[in-house]
Amino acid sequence: MPENRYDKAPRPGQGHFVAAPEDVTVGVVDAVSVDEAPTSMWREAWRDMSHRPLFWISAFMILVVVVISIVPGAFTSLLPRSGCELGSSLLPPSSEHIFGTDRNGCDIYARTLFGARASVLVGVLTTSFVVVLGTTIGAIAGYYGGWTDTILSRITDVFFAVPFVLAAIVILSIVPTRTSLAVALVLASFGWTTIARITRGAVLSVKNNEFVTASKALGMSRAAILWRHVLPNSAAPIIVYSTVALGTFIVAEATLTFLGIGLDPSTVSWGGDLSTGRSSIRTNPDIMFYPAAALAFTVLGFIMMGDVVRDALDPKARKR
Amino acid sequence: MTPRKRLVGLGAFALASSLVLTACGGGGGGDDTGDGNSTGIVTVGNGEPQNPIIPTMTNETFGSKVTSNVFAGLVYYDAEGVVHNEVAESIESEDNKVWTITLKDGWTFSDGTPVTAQSFVDAWNYGAYAPNAQNLSYFFEPIEGFTDVQFAEDQLDKDGAPKEGEVPASETMSGLEAVSETELQVTLAQPESDFPLRLGYSAFYPLPESFHDDPEAFGEEPIGNGPYVLDTWEHNRLIELRPNDSYAGEREVQNGGVDLVAYTDEDSAYNDLLDGNLDIVTNVPASAFGTFEEELGDRAVNQPAAVIQVINVPEYVEGFQGEAGLLRRQAISMAIDRDQVTETVFSGSRTPATDFTSPVINGWSDDLEGNEVLDYNPEEAKRLWDEAEAIEPWGDEPLYIASNADSDHQSWIDPTCNGIRDTLGIDCEFDAYPTFDEFLDARDNEQIKGLFRGGWQADYPAMSNFLGPIYGTGAGSNDMGYSSEEFDAKLDEAAGESDPDAAIELYKEAQTILFQDLPGIPLWYNNATGGWSEAVDNVVFGWDSDPLLYQVTKSE
Amino acid sequence: MLWYLGRRLLQVIPVFLGATLLLYALVFLRPGDPVAGLGGERGLPEAVQQQIRAQFHLDQPFFVQYLYYLKGIFTFDLGDTFTGRPVAEVVVEALPITFQLALMALAIETIFGIGFGLFAGMRKGKFFDSSVLVLSLLLIALPTFVTGLVLQIVVGVRLDWLPVTAGRDPDFISLLMPAVVLATTSFAQILRLTRTSVIENVTADFVRTARAKGLSRDKVTSRHVLRNSLIPVVTFIGVDLGNLMTGSIVVEGIFNIRGVGGTLFEAIQRGESVTIVTMSTVIVLVYIVANLLVDLLYAVLDPRIRYA
Repeated sequence: MPENRYDKAPRPGQGHFVAAPEDVTVGVVDAVSVDEAPTSMWREAWRDMSHRPLFWISAFMILVVVVISIVPGAFTSLLPRSGCELGSSLLPPSSEHIFGTDRNGCDIYARTLFGARASVLVGVLTTSFVVVLGTTIGAIAGYYGGWTDTILSRITDVFFAVPFVLAAIVILSIVPTRTSLAVALVLASFGWTTIARITRGAVLSVKNNEFVTASKALGMSRAAILWRHVLPNSAAPIIVYSTVALGTFIVAEATLTFLGIGLDPSTVSWGGDLSTGRSSIRTNPDIMFYPAAALAFTVLGFIMMGDVVRDALDPKARKR
Repeated sequence: MTPRKRLVGLGAFALASSLVLTACGGGGGGDDTGDGNSTGIVTVGNGEPQNPIIPTMTNETFGSKVTSNVFAGLVYYDAEGVVHNEVAESIESEDNKVWTITLKDGWTFSDGTPVTAQSFVDAWNYGAYAPNAQNLSYFFEPIEGFTDVQFAEDQLDKDGAPKEGEVPASETMSGLEAVSETELQVTLAQPESDFPLRLGYSAFYPLPESFHDDPEAFGEEPIGNGPYVLDTWEHNRLIELRPNDSYAGEREVQNGGVDLVAYTDEDSAYNDLLDGNLDIVTNVPASAFGTFEEELGDRAVNQPAAVIQVINVPEYVEGFQGEAGLLRRQAISMAIDRDQVTETVFSGSRTPATDFTSPVINGWSDDLEGNEVLDYNPEEAKRLWDEAEAIEPWGDEPLYIASNADSDHQSWIDPTCNGIRDTLGIDCEFDAYPTFDEFLDARDNEQIKGLFRGGWQADYPAMSNFLGPIYGTGAGSNDMGYSSEEFDAKLDEAAGESDPDAAIELYKEAQTILFQDLPGIPLWYNNATGGWSEAVDNVVFGWDSDPLLYQVTKSE
Repeated sequence: MLWYLGRRLLQVIPVFLGATLLLYALVFLRPGDPVAGLGGERGLPEAVQQQIRAQFHLDQPFFVQYLYYLKGIFTFDLGDTFTGRPVAEVVVEALPITFQLALMALAIETIFGIGFGLFAGMRKGKFFDSSVLVLSLLLIALPTFVTGLVLQIVVGVRLDWLPVTAGRDPDFISLLMPAVVLATTSFAQILRLTRTSVIENVTADFVRTARAKGLSRDKVTSRHVLRNSLIPVVTFIGVDLGNLMTGSIVVEGIFNIRGVGGTLFEAIQRGESVTIVTMSTVIVLVYIVANLLVDLLYAVLDPRIRYA
């Protein structure tokens, strides 16, 4: 049972200051319109977002990346893996090769476009797996506490023990081909523990809030409170972590490839190109610029989108 | 083993040759040999030895940099791989079967005990005796009585493991005899003309008596008779070699000692060299292939090494049998532009292959009959492929080239595949195995889907070392399942030939057979790529890609 | 409180058993034949291979191997690695340097991540906020094998400001560059988490009230905003200590540090089960302790969270 903080004297060194009700100016309290039908938190968030230019900018950036991932061939007549001639290795940008060519003589522009699909898939799939698994376990552990928390948290600990290189070698040998899905599974298998911990921490700090107590008093079921109130209010760190993680997962694929346990070598990906570009780092570091820039563009889109969503879910931030 | 190390023909061990790399340049460094105040400690990039320092255990280059400097064998190899007597006074045989070896007087181990014929006999028997499980035990196979020190067939269980309590029939090989303190007689099971050539290899070093009391302790603190003694071994960090005052041979130490510094990454060793923290690197990282000769000037070395890279073609892979299979192998070989790949991908740190051995090996040749199949010829390649198609269509399957992916093989497999795709009009893919042992496992169990990469580094500088162990029927590294009676007979004939030049001709003829059958497609020879700092002089890289450390000079 | 601590420490036992069992199963599932790989291209004689298998119990069924391992743990004799060195020695050798490196990286990413995140959050949407976003994008988009090598060449070789590699006896100075590279991976996370929490808390009722009561901006920031923003950040940092200890394979390679990452990686490549399991288990213990501290910190940061 959460304690009522109004009954408690602040602990020494504990700087929480609670103003008496009469000290608080009425104007700053959120205005409530009695005429309108109660709207759901999610719908309100959408209404808020659709008025923000940042939302449309980030949505457009993500759309660009998604379209390129689906039909990369629409933006170039060249293919990433054919017509590569060693004779035209490491050419500077020209009208024929607008980003130039890599060491194997392949067109970097085409490779960057065609690399989007695998990289974005790895990023999005891994993030989805991690978020679904991690938040579920973390939220249940944090919210229900007690033995539930103990068991779930210790399972998380056990999984944390698995080094991802080992997981990668084992999982990649079981799957018939090393697709983006397989690599996403590898990355998710060790990545979900972090987000589980973060969710648990966020839920722990939210579940003692007044509105949770109030909902309980109103007779809402525990599961409903968790879903309708606790989770949306714990969403900020989850959203922030996962948008940044999306980028780090795409890069992690590069590291896996670098260690020889990444995507199937026939798959074009930004990570793969970063990894092969490393051997040109002393002479032609510029060839790594393009996959890295594409990756940064994608991550920026998701980070901005995450910011907008977070703002929209935060009723206090919304009013200003 | 780190991925880095595998870069250069994994698996192989190293040691010596007999020939001619003067043309390849880069060799010497400086002219102020022996100016009298060269007492500095030379630091050399290396890695953690993968086994205890016991000569018959050491099968990789990190460890062999220690054994070759701490021990002295009957012979040693100079930079060109020419054999010189070291502990041996003479090595003689009438029939290439019974060898009489006399030892020089006055050799001692660094603990003061004498080096006698018995030191060799005991060391070799230890190395060959099966229960000792020595990595290099098969080097004693040619010696008579080798089978007596192995487990008999009925002493093994169904997995091939020795049954509890069983020991081989004998602890010693009947072909080894210490006639006197200084005379050793070796009887081989069959004539082997290049036997003396092998005696500089790690497996054949002598061991002091103290070794046999406690081999395990010896592996940490070895006692040898070589130009250096192992002073300290900080695992994973550093091995300090210091001059051995009791060394009696010709490899006279010109410096105050050698520190072998352990690295796991070639890039970091190279950057330490550039920064002046390291005196010698023996492997230039791929990222610096294009720049190191410019950055280091005449302190860089880039010369062919005794390492060959091959694409092997397993007999069991569909599409590669019979007449059509041969045509396909020829077509693939001609579809690879070796000059272009070695120049563009490796920036000249590989040398296009012209035979099945290596330019540092006596007998290497670039005009063998049939080697035009190694020339880039896209039209002919396409024609041969179409001819094979007429016999038996290939289908839609891609052609796979398999390799371990824990070191950078994709860098050459990708462009090679691009060339095959464009030339032959078939799909070609890199089949990547995450770890080396998984790759080996697939090879052993005939699970490779297509062609596979093979890299071979010579143990000792002889043509036979490049041919028998790989292409001989049933040989240890013959994962292709290749078997040619004609080829085997030619190798036997060459092994029994006393005249070295005649033997070389026979080995060349054996290679002609390989060019006809093409069980493996030679790609290129690895180069020894290395460099040294301004602090050291007289750095020469030997036939085995390792610098001759004893003659490096460094003033303090 | 003590009861809580004791219970948490007791829970280490099932985690230990679960982790070792899971790890052992994974190593067992690992494809390939570790012993065959020892001989390189040439391979080892069959008899030699079989003796090595017997020595490491690799010829035994899975559960027997696992029981041998447990026996090794309880008798303090873990046996040797494939290279013939005692496993315990290898593990103990690799730990201190990695721990030092991880702590340095953790300190760097925490100080800069929280610092930058705090300022960015207080000045949301301003120039500083945007430039910090660009910086973090750059760090996210470049893998450590690129940033590490570039820093090594530029700062180590060209400018000669810091040692190129950690060297024989790594000290604070020579570990600085690897620690910075290692910190880049998580810096962006800490920064973004801090920034967001600050934004949320700047608008929270109690901050508004404190400001209304006349508390200075600085005081509000340090007393209220920061403290209440820290829960997700602290959680992340706690987890990250574990990640930093295993995740340094690439960085250790570049700067030639012989720590947990490289040793573990080599052991995995070689299929050396005892080393893999022991090393990973030790890291999990570090992780458990770090997370326990984090859980205790929760109660300090937010008095409403209580442990019974």
